[in-house]
Amino acid sequence: MAETGRELHKKEAETPETGERTRATRIYSPQVDIIERQEDIVVIADMPGVDEKSIDITLEKNVLTISGKVDAVIPKAHRLQLSEYGIGDYQRVFTLSEEIDRDKIHATVKNGVLKLVMPRAETAKTKKIPIQAEGLGGLMNLDVKSA
Amino acid sequence: MLWSDQVFDALRELEGMTRTLRRFDLPSSVEFPATNMWVTDDDAVVTTEIPGIDPNALEISVVKDALTLRGSRQAEELKEGESYHRRERWNGQFTKTLMLPFAVEAGKVEARFSKGVLYISLPRAEADKPRKITVKSE
Repeated sequence: MAETGRELHKKEAETPETGERTRATRIYSPQVDIIERQEDIVVIADMPGVDEKSIDITLEKNVLTISGKVDAVIPKAHRLQLSEYGIGDYQRVFTLSEEIDRDKIHATVKNGVLKLVMPRAETAKTKKIPIQAEGLGGLMNLDVKSA
Repeated sequence: MLWSDQVFDALRELEGMTRTLRRFDLPSSVEFPATNMWVTDDDAVVTTEIPGIDPNALEISVVKDALTLRGSRQAEELKEGESYHRRERWNGQFTKTLMLPFAVEAGKVEARFSKGVLYISLPRAEADKPRKITVKSE
């Protein structure tokens, strides 16, 4: 049993976001990790059954859509004896709150795991604003007189 | 009595309905990782979705009709200044034992890991196969 595997069941995506679908499969919502780094945001998604050809990532304005098509490998002539998980496509939509440098987005898929590295746009990078201490000049003439 | 007959009918109907509904239920407690199994009279195919694991570190063992899977996945290591904004993916170790419908020829078990899905094909042991006995007439 996985230590932090809180949800063992694949969760079905609530609503297919791209209107009517032509494929008669279920759509699952992949489990993701999102890591915030200084320079970029990393999205890691578990999408077993998907490879680089069957994955589709779009970023429109600030809406990031990840979808993947899965061709179920079902042994012929066999009957299903035990069915603990369903097989289907994946889709998940995120709304980004930050500016992303679209040209530098980098995506890789390995062993059914998608890794998406989205560099923050220059303008959105946190800029440190130095704060200067003001001299105490104005306060100097406030002499405290003791009674 | 007519009244009790009706009650029993209603109860029976209700039972039938719950039985129908139960069929659509997902198993409520599935040991990780979730597994599917397909069988014929001669072999079984077990599949499981374990994306991101190192296939070399995966341990598959078969004893008679018990299949055991053992593996692990490490969480992404964070450097300083990095933080999880969302964390849903599983990590850690898992062990799962499945009972197959028949004893398996351990030497002929094959496993393939592709796109995060593990496929294991398990041929039925010769000794376990049903034997047809011909009856001779005298």
